[in-house]
Amino acid sequence: MGDLAKEFVTTYNYWVYIILMMIGLYAVMVKNNLVKKIIGMNIVQTAIILFFISIGAKRGATIPIIAHGHNGGEHAVHAADYINPLPHVLMLTAIVVAVATLGVALSLAIKIYQEYGTLEEDDIRTQTREE
Amino acid sequence: MNPGQNDIIILMVVAPLFASIIVPIVGWRAKKLCYSLTILAVLISLFSSLITAKTVMNHGPVQYYLGGWKPPWGIEFYIDHLNAFIAVVVTFISFLGVIFSKTNVENDLPNKEGAFYSLFLLLITGLLGIVLTGDMFNLFVFLEVASLSSYALIAMGEKGAMYASFRYLLIGTVGASWYMLGVGYLYIVTGSLNMANLSELLPALYQSKTILVGFAFILFGVGIKMALFPLHAWLPDAYTYAPSAVSAMVAPLMTKVMIYVVIRVIFTVFQPEFTVDMIQATSILSWFGVLAILFGGIMALSQTDFKRMLCYIIVGEIGYIVGGVGIANATALKGAIFHILNDALMMVCLFFVAGMVMYRKKGHRISDFKGIFREMPFAAIIFTVGALAVIGVPPTGGFFSKWYLLLGGIEAKHWGFVVALLISTLINVALFARVFDKGLYVHGHGSDHSSESTDHSSGTLVQKTPLSMWIPAVIVILAILLAGIFNQAILKNIVQFAVPSGL
Repeated sequence: MGDLAKEFVTTYNYWVYIILMMIGLYAVMVKNNLVKKIIGMNIVQTAIILFFISIGAKRGATIPIIAHGHNGGEHAVHAADYINPLPHVLMLTAIVVAVATLGVALSLAIKIYQEYGTLEEDDIRTQTREE
Repeated sequence: MNPGQNDIIILMVVAPLFASIIVPIVGWRAKKLCYSLTILAVLISLFSSLITAKTVMNHGPVQYYLGGWKPPWGIEFYIDHLNAFIAVVVTFISFLGVIFSKTNVENDLPNKEGAFYSLFLLLITGLLGIVLTGDMFNLFVFLEVASLSSYALIAMGEKGAMYASFRYLLIGTVGASWYMLGVGYLYIVTGSLNMANLSELLPALYQSKTILVGFAFILFGVGIKMALFPLHAWLPDAYTYAPSAVSAMVAPLMTKVMIYVVIRVIFTVFQPEFTVDMIQATSILSWFGVLAILFGGIMALSQTDFKRMLCYIIVGEIGYIVGGVGIANATALKGAIFHILNDALMMVCLFFVAGMVMYRKKGHRISDFKGIFREMPFAAIIFTVGALAVIGVPPTGGFFSKWYLLLGGIEAKHWGFVVALLISTLINVALFARVFDKGLYVHGHGSDHSSESTDHSSGTLVQKTPLSMWIPAVIVILAILLAGIFNQAILKNIVQFAVPSGL
């Protein structure tokens, strides 16, 4: 039991992302309102961004800026002293993608509202079925 | 690997990308220029893809380092026989799709030329990027470029397209996010995103559970994007309501490019010893392929809308290719890769017909095909060739890829797949017989006196279908026939080398 708790505490970043992703997927699948679905989709993306951010972190490490970079060679750089910046850089791209997706999704939601006069999925479905 | 050829590789992606920025700006002033500029850009990528393919065939794989950064740190474009082949397919189909789009855009999307062609070019950029890149994360970015532009393009369609596109967006985004998550898992244990580098680092880690989870996430994510049964639910609505030019372009390419990603992940990033022997992912995939073939066929039978029927045929065709990949012997894989070409050709052909009928009859239900053999003999011929290719009648390419898939299935003693293939062929015959039945329909109430007038007016009616619609259609039926006649040349010169080693 102690092992399990320890497991949970040492890897809490993964648990947070899993819980967040499940909340998001729940909203995408179950919620009836299209805006809530969009929010759910965004939570899924954010959860994954959080996951990437957390894997760059190291215990006791600092930001990846080499203080005396210009006279390099004076002291060796220990990678373990610095946070891994690569996942963070990747996530800059992923955030841009997420924002673009959100924009497209919201504009589609506006158009759907103009077309059907509602954002509730079951109303839209009954309207399409009646035609 | 000499510098001249390297630049041509990047031109394939850069030409449509820059054109997509220029086109909407030009569109403010001169709308007519949008179309020519788009054609020019796609023509540049078509030529560079052909030159690249020739280089690959003569000298083996070529690389391009973006920004001069060497992998594994930088992003590289790595082109071997498989990529080169798919890139030619993508540029060729997009070229035809762009030519075809002219009338559709002018009639159905007036004053949206700039936006439409810009998105169209972005879609092509994204698809080509997915095919060419040698970097897992870069692939995700291009995937989202292609997907976002396809969501917007599909939403431009008829009534119902908005909602269909919205559903596609939600599901597609979750799929792409899972792909990214899977890449993240691989990154945790290997610290690399480069495909070639990953394939060197991964074998030592095949026992790791992290790798397994990452692999599963990637496969599910891509599975959603390629509409593999049972993850296909978004596809029929989205492609039915899209504008004719868009469905003619997205429907054959998007799913095929995603299948390429699956082949890459299963056979290049991971080695067959992991995916085939250790976790037997391929044998599971092949059964999903079987289910997709049967489900697609049965659903297609129950449709009354021609485009929706084609959508379910696509679900089935994806089953063919995934099944061929899943069987994972050289013969079946050859068939699967060759079928990517044939399926793209015959789907674009049938969607062209749907577009022509839509243009003339303002609808794409099967009942709208009534009498097309008399009224639109030209479209009917194109339809016939496309239908024969889907059924798999010998002179067309569809027969040969199906034949190799069948031989591969027999070789692997995968009887489920063999039976599904044969059943689906029968279903396809029935499907198209329904349309032929409508198309050959001549006599009916009140059609007698009009049939006299159609005789001399048919000449003008044929002319009414504009040149920009039938030129790509003629090219595509020629391509279908040539792919069949020269199947050995294609298989021996390029597809054979595209089959991953170790099988």
